[in-house]
Amino acid sequence: MNERSRTLDKYSSRVYKNRKEHLVQIENAPGSQEITANTRTVPGIITNRGCCYAGCKGVVVGPLKDVLVITHGPIGCGYYSWGTRRNKAVAEEGGQNYVPYCFSTDMQESDIVFGGEKKLENAIAEAVEIFSPKCIMICSTCPIGLIGDDVQAVAKRTEMKYGITCVAYSCEGYKGVSQSAGHHIANNGLMKYIIGTGDKRPTKKYSLNILGEYNIGGDGWEQERILKRIGYEIVTVFTGDGSVETMKNAHLADLNLVMCHRSINYVAEMMKAKYGMDWLKVNFIGVGATMQSLRDIAKYFGDPELMARTEEVIQDELAQIAPDMEYFKSKLKGKTAGIFVGGSRSHHYQALLRDLGVETIIAGYEFAHRDDYEGREVLPFIKEDADSKNIENLVVGPDPKLYKPKFSEAEIEKLREEIPLDTYAGMMREMKEGHIVVDDYNHYETEMLIKLMKPDIFFSGIKDKYIIQRGGTPSRQMHSYDYSGPYAGFRGAVNFGRDVTMAIFTNAWAFVVPPWKTQSVIKGSLTGGEEAC
Amino acid sequence: MLDLTPKELKTREALRINPCKTCQPVGAMYAALGVHRCMPHSHGSQGCASYHRTFLSRHFKDPAMASTSSFTEGASVFGGGSNVKTAVRNVFEIYNPDIIAIHTTCLSETIGDDMNVYIQDMDIPEGKYVVHTNTPSYVGSHINGFYNMMSGFINYLSKKTGVSNGKAAIFPGFVNPGDMRETKRLAKLMGVPYIMFPDTSGVMDAPMTGRFEMYPRGGTTIPEIISLGDCKKVIALGTITSAEPAELMKKKFKIPFSLLPLPMGIEATDRLIMELAGFSMQDVPYELEEERGQLVDILLDSHQYTYQKSCAIFGDPDTVLGLTAICTEMGMIPKYVITGHPKEDFVREADALFGKYGLTDCKARANADLFELHQLIKNDPVDILIGTSYGKAIAKAEGIPFVRAGFPILDRYVHSYLPLVGYSGTMRIVEKITNAIMDETDRNCADEDLEFVM
Repeated sequence: MNERSRTLDKYSSRVYKNRKEHLVQIENAPGSQEITANTRTVPGIITNRGCCYAGCKGVVVGPLKDVLVITHGPIGCGYYSWGTRRNKAVAEEGGQNYVPYCFSTDMQESDIVFGGEKKLENAIAEAVEIFSPKCIMICSTCPIGLIGDDVQAVAKRTEMKYGITCVAYSCEGYKGVSQSAGHHIANNGLMKYIIGTGDKRPTKKYSLNILGEYNIGGDGWEQERILKRIGYEIVTVFTGDGSVETMKNAHLADLNLVMCHRSINYVAEMMKAKYGMDWLKVNFIGVGATMQSLRDIAKYFGDPELMARTEEVIQDELAQIAPDMEYFKSKLKGKTAGIFVGGSRSHHYQALLRDLGVETIIAGYEFAHRDDYEGREVLPFIKEDADSKNIENLVVGPDPKLYKPKFSEAEIEKLREEIPLDTYAGMMREMKEGHIVVDDYNHYETEMLIKLMKPDIFFSGIKDKYIIQRGGTPSRQMHSYDYSGPYAGFRGAVNFGRDVTMAIFTNAWAFVVPPWKTQSVIKGSLTGGEEAC
Repeated sequence: MLDLTPKELKTREALRINPCKTCQPVGAMYAALGVHRCMPHSHGSQGCASYHRTFLSRHFKDPAMASTSSFTEGASVFGGGSNVKTAVRNVFEIYNPDIIAIHTTCLSETIGDDMNVYIQDMDIPEGKYVVHTNTPSYVGSHINGFYNMMSGFINYLSKKTGVSNGKAAIFPGFVNPGDMRETKRLAKLMGVPYIMFPDTSGVMDAPMTGRFEMYPRGGTTIPEIISLGDCKKVIALGTITSAEPAELMKKKFKIPFSLLPLPMGIEATDRLIMELAGFSMQDVPYELEEERGQLVDILLDSHQYTYQKSCAIFGDPDTVLGLTAICTEMGMIPKYVITGHPKEDFVREADALFGKYGLTDCKARANADLFELHQLIKNDPVDILIGTSYGKAIAKAEGIPFVRAGFPILDRYVHSYLPLVGYSGTMRIVEKITNAIMDETDRNCADEDLEFVM
């Protein structure tokens, strides 16, 4: 039995039937195998997944710094998503930063019984009076859809009444099967109400948006630093340290860069359809991956001067980090890793781990879809189930005034031979024979796979961290970076190398087994012998 | 930091800003983790279980295991019966707990899922248990969830055989494992046989062994919970947190109870010791008298650095009342005493503490939030802020020293292992507060004023 079969072996036939489709052991690498993804979790399984609200408010909407986000519901949801995702943000000059705040309607029983719209409107009135925000967003929690509060109508009335932007998201926790539905709902809202409402054109020759970068631990800032060094203008970032103020001009940039494919591909695709803007899948996690992404961007613009400048920056950045990277690689070379995160990082971090000589032997996603594993070419073959059909699939057409593709279809086809333009090849192709891929990973499979595959380090979230560490495997959080970072770009790679080295070599590992477990505490003495004196 | 917070206070009725409470289910999950070989189960969306496990893991820096009914839109329309039945079957099969403790969520409460009916319909394996409690997130706070889960266990499991077990049932309140350990130590020193319920020590502060145990050694056992009905007396700590389960024990089993404040500070700890002595009819051992004397000695030694210093305290109601008691015993002025928990008894009890020390300018507020607390401080500052992790932004914004105590503390280590209760816990808090104030003096004083002896 291989590791996959041994892991699945414990399940009852019912659970086995479900889980076997989500657990793949790579055969005939490099290639892609079919995996089932974005389907319901089996009730009772200790899944790592969160909910639709977490994907919408927690991931996409929450980091927008100039937006006063009101969680409409009982207190918990707003409370748990308050300042816990490390989306760093600094207010623009003269602008507001709501990221350190938590706003909630704190619904009570009477609001559930008699409806919460009134309370929401009163909460908005109070928010406007105290803070005078330019934009309010409303995120709905489970009870809202059930009691029939019309948050969209409240948003419309708010815009009329106060002359500000107000967007409501019907992102009740039970929608879809994971956070993924929430990403989609958030993308739709940003597309409908924010993107394209501004007219401030970029001033530099080449301008970019960074999509799916949430500035956790300052990752986005490191990417911006490098891109600006080369000479690009960053129009907006979705959504880390991002703002509505800049996002409304997103359509005026030259190219969309996509970091987290899962959470933001909808916006990228819709902007392509509406404005003819191309998107390029990039990965700024890893030294090699960062270099590749920078070169791909330069190739898109095809400007020899830009390409030369890109090389110049790359060489200079490399020279700065080379000694550190070499040192950490000497410590980590030959080690193996497992990584379970969200919907992109399990792919991205394999590149960085490779830079450090570490091979990823187990990789999993919490809420990815098949295209994140197998590549976008499987999209036409994905069967939509009832849970996905409940999420609005916003279809946009070309904007009569603003649709301006940069290249003809033929030119794009030619570019695609060299760079991942408007496409994504997925994670699985990069994994080797015998390696394990898990969708909607859960506690039991995590523990079992670690026992069977014995990685030297495991990357997952806080719910797993202490389970894994207690079992004796060094464990780092890949959602919050254990409060460290940035890990992106050139400087981030060094931080990551340092943190992984520290996790494996920290001194306390030596004390796990007390001496009395391996040595006898009873001192033997010979009886009947004669003492020498 | 918190640059958008204006000084001017405006009445808010609908908008909660920077809350000082969270929802019921997380309290229920924590209480259930204090039962040996128990799997807490969240009957709602996956997000609830995910948030609560995350939150508890961040506070305790330990695994917080719990399962979920994984509601989808379909379940939300047609009811979660099928989900919870499948879940319970899978949990027993895969994770093999002895008991599953289900708590509801705002989702399952809003659609009106009837857990009694669902549980009656379940195939529960021989020798295993399923219990439940209702924890609508839109009522009260995580404190309600904690005591509702306690009541759930008692309602389902506890029995009166008519033969007394001679023990005291000790309800520790919503406190850390370190506090539960300390309370048990006091009971042992006083010769009181007891059942502590719930008891998260040995679960949420389990040791590193190189082996992950889903069910560590700690926790109140099922036979102990059953036997609660045969206890001689209930000693319920935390007048707000432990009142309902204590009353339930009286109603159900006619067991008398003493409802005491959390043993924080000298007076409250004295009350617990007297209570324990009354139960065991034993003299207080010298060991405890020594501890108490040491604490009084410390208060007298250090009083000049804390006397008349003003503080703001926020967090869970009973913990805040306990911290307020300690601060008053240190001669401090607890100017603002705030909880997010919406029970007005809190204000009455805080006012009683103020009254005892003749403090007239102190303000206690229930159902309040940290935005309001920050505004109060902006209008009339304090010397030190005491509370949970979310206070650090206020402390940074206003440049005041900050002592962490209570739930949650997400940004520091070790805190949950050590007590806030008892003479020793009080000593720990006194050290923290005094040091914070003195460090602030050292950092800010003129060079010529830096004292090497203080």
